[in-house]
Amino acid sequence: MAWFKRTNKGIQTPTESKKEAPDGLWYKTPSGKIVHMRELRNNAYVSPEDDYHVRIGSKEYFEILFDDNKFEELDAELSSGDPLKFVDSKPYPARIEATQKKSGLTDALRSAVGKINGTPLVIACMDFGFIGGSMGSVVGEKIARAINHSLEHKIPFLMISKSGGARMMEAGFSLMQMAKTSARLALLSEAKIPYISLLTDPTTGGVTASYAMLGDFNISEPGSLIGFAGPRVIRETIGKDLPKGFQSAEFVKDHGFLDFIVDRRSLKNKLSTLLKMLEN
Amino acid sequence: MLLEFEKPIAELEEKLHDMKQLAQTNDVDVSETVKSLQQKIEKLKKETFQNLTRWQRVQLSRHPERPYTLDYIYEITDEFIEIHGDRNVKDDKAMVGGFASIDGQTVMMIGQQKGRNTKQRQTRNFGMANPEGYRKALRLMRMAEKFNKPIVCLIDTPGAYPGLEAEERGQGEAIARNIKEMFMLKVPVICVIIGEGASGGAIGIGIGDRVLMMENTWYSVISPESCSSILWRSWEYKEQAAEALKLTANDMIGNKLIDGIIKEPLGGAHTDMKGASKELKKEILKYIKDLNKVSVEDRIDQRIEKFSAMGAYAS
Repeated sequence: MAWFKRTNKGIQTPTESKKEAPDGLWYKTPSGKIVHMRELRNNAYVSPEDDYHVRIGSKEYFEILFDDNKFEELDAELSSGDPLKFVDSKPYPARIEATQKKSGLTDALRSAVGKINGTPLVIACMDFGFIGGSMGSVVGEKIARAINHSLEHKIPFLMISKSGGARMMEAGFSLMQMAKTSARLALLSEAKIPYISLLTDPTTGGVTASYAMLGDFNISEPGSLIGFAGPRVIRETIGKDLPKGFQSAEFVKDHGFLDFIVDRRSLKNKLSTLLKMLEN
Repeated sequence: MLLEFEKPIAELEEKLHDMKQLAQTNDVDVSETVKSLQQKIEKLKKETFQNLTRWQRVQLSRHPERPYTLDYIYEITDEFIEIHGDRNVKDDKAMVGGFASIDGQTVMMIGQQKGRNTKQRQTRNFGMANPEGYRKALRLMRMAEKFNKPIVCLIDTPGAYPGLEAEERGQGEAIARNIKEMFMLKVPVICVIIGEGASGGAIGIGIGDRVLMMENTWYSVISPESCSSILWRSWEYKEQAAEALKLTANDMIGNKLIDGIIKEPLGGAHTDMKGASKELKKEILKYIKDLNKVSVEDRIDQRIEKFSAMGAYAS
């Protein structure tokens, strides 16, 4: 009965022949469902068992929406300045650089033009992984230029928001991005070019109080957190616990501020159907 | 109430007052001493107010005796008819407005209103408007446009109200709509930060052909306290946060984020409401005159282009 007796103690496998389990091979949803990453990707990053919509970024949204993942990126070269020489626990440029390295992104938004089910569309999509998807000068300018592209080529505009709000490290400059983006949207509106705003989990602060709420259609994904003030701030202000489901997409729709909520798996088709209706 | 840096000045002023009284009761000539003391006070005031830190300006902007929106309205207008309600939910008392007459010129005056005592502060919700306040402001702006009258917005708020019902009624949507619609207003719009200009709550009535700040005010994306609590994870770093945010009138004009600064009387608006109002009135009338010379289309274009140029990035 020596077969179950351990004769050699300790880990014997040499480091070089150690097999790494690839990071992120499975995904665990908040309710505990486990799904293989490839299955998740094939399912528009929605967990098949509990319909949980995983937070994704511009790369994934472009892949889900643009036909054959083909698109032309706009203004990819824009990156952040440091107008205020802002320093908190570290200087702002150092924070930007570190985040760029970690995320592989230049800032919290990417914009591109391409086709969805054959219909041309300009998409600007925020990346929460970049300093909480915060809106600074680069985000504002890229949105403004994306809208300009829509205006020049008469192509509808889709904004995918996912942000904690304005970027503190650009203070006054960030605040004015609310104005800049809204000004461009006013022009888009005058030109009668459709603007669809998709508010994803989470969309709060100055983003909600500017371009995210200004769509001809304001839409969202199930369960997204959408609000002006964050839940913690509200709880502290009113000194009471917040009701269940407060500030969820469903709550915001019930109060009349969203046109519809769409499952991400049918997002592309619903968008192109809507755009085609407006065209014909 | 005296702020810490106001105390040395107040002490000297008290001394001067005592000396004058002493001279009166004892009938002695102290004019020389009085004169030198007055000069000393003047000098100290100048020194203090020329070297205010950013945090000290924030403190002045919140001074409990500082003039509020209605104070300025009553000081600078000959007639004022307040207009209430958003025609939808209710009348938000944190946002006031109405037609006013300034030297015969009719203008629409709009602004957040703070309270002077506990009861008023409650009524005015500390100058924190709800969505219906922003919608009331927009209704009034539309009315001004209809009757072709310029709009003046006086901004003084610690923020849009972060409450449960505010969220239910779409605080974000209300502010966003105001920002967008204000760009297309066909009449001149002048916005003045008269106290606190906190973030979305301020910019919700802050899109103007001219955006001005009074000397001792602040305008930024977040208050120094909240910034401190988020970035430094403690409320203790508000002075540092105020420095980092570059939120004073001087900072904002240096970064081309506002169009002008309105001088306050030496010692701050709260020490001389009449003086502050006079200056405000002069500036408002001057800018209305300037803006009336520009065509409607050009004014809207310039308004859009001005805000479109704001930003700092590398390409």
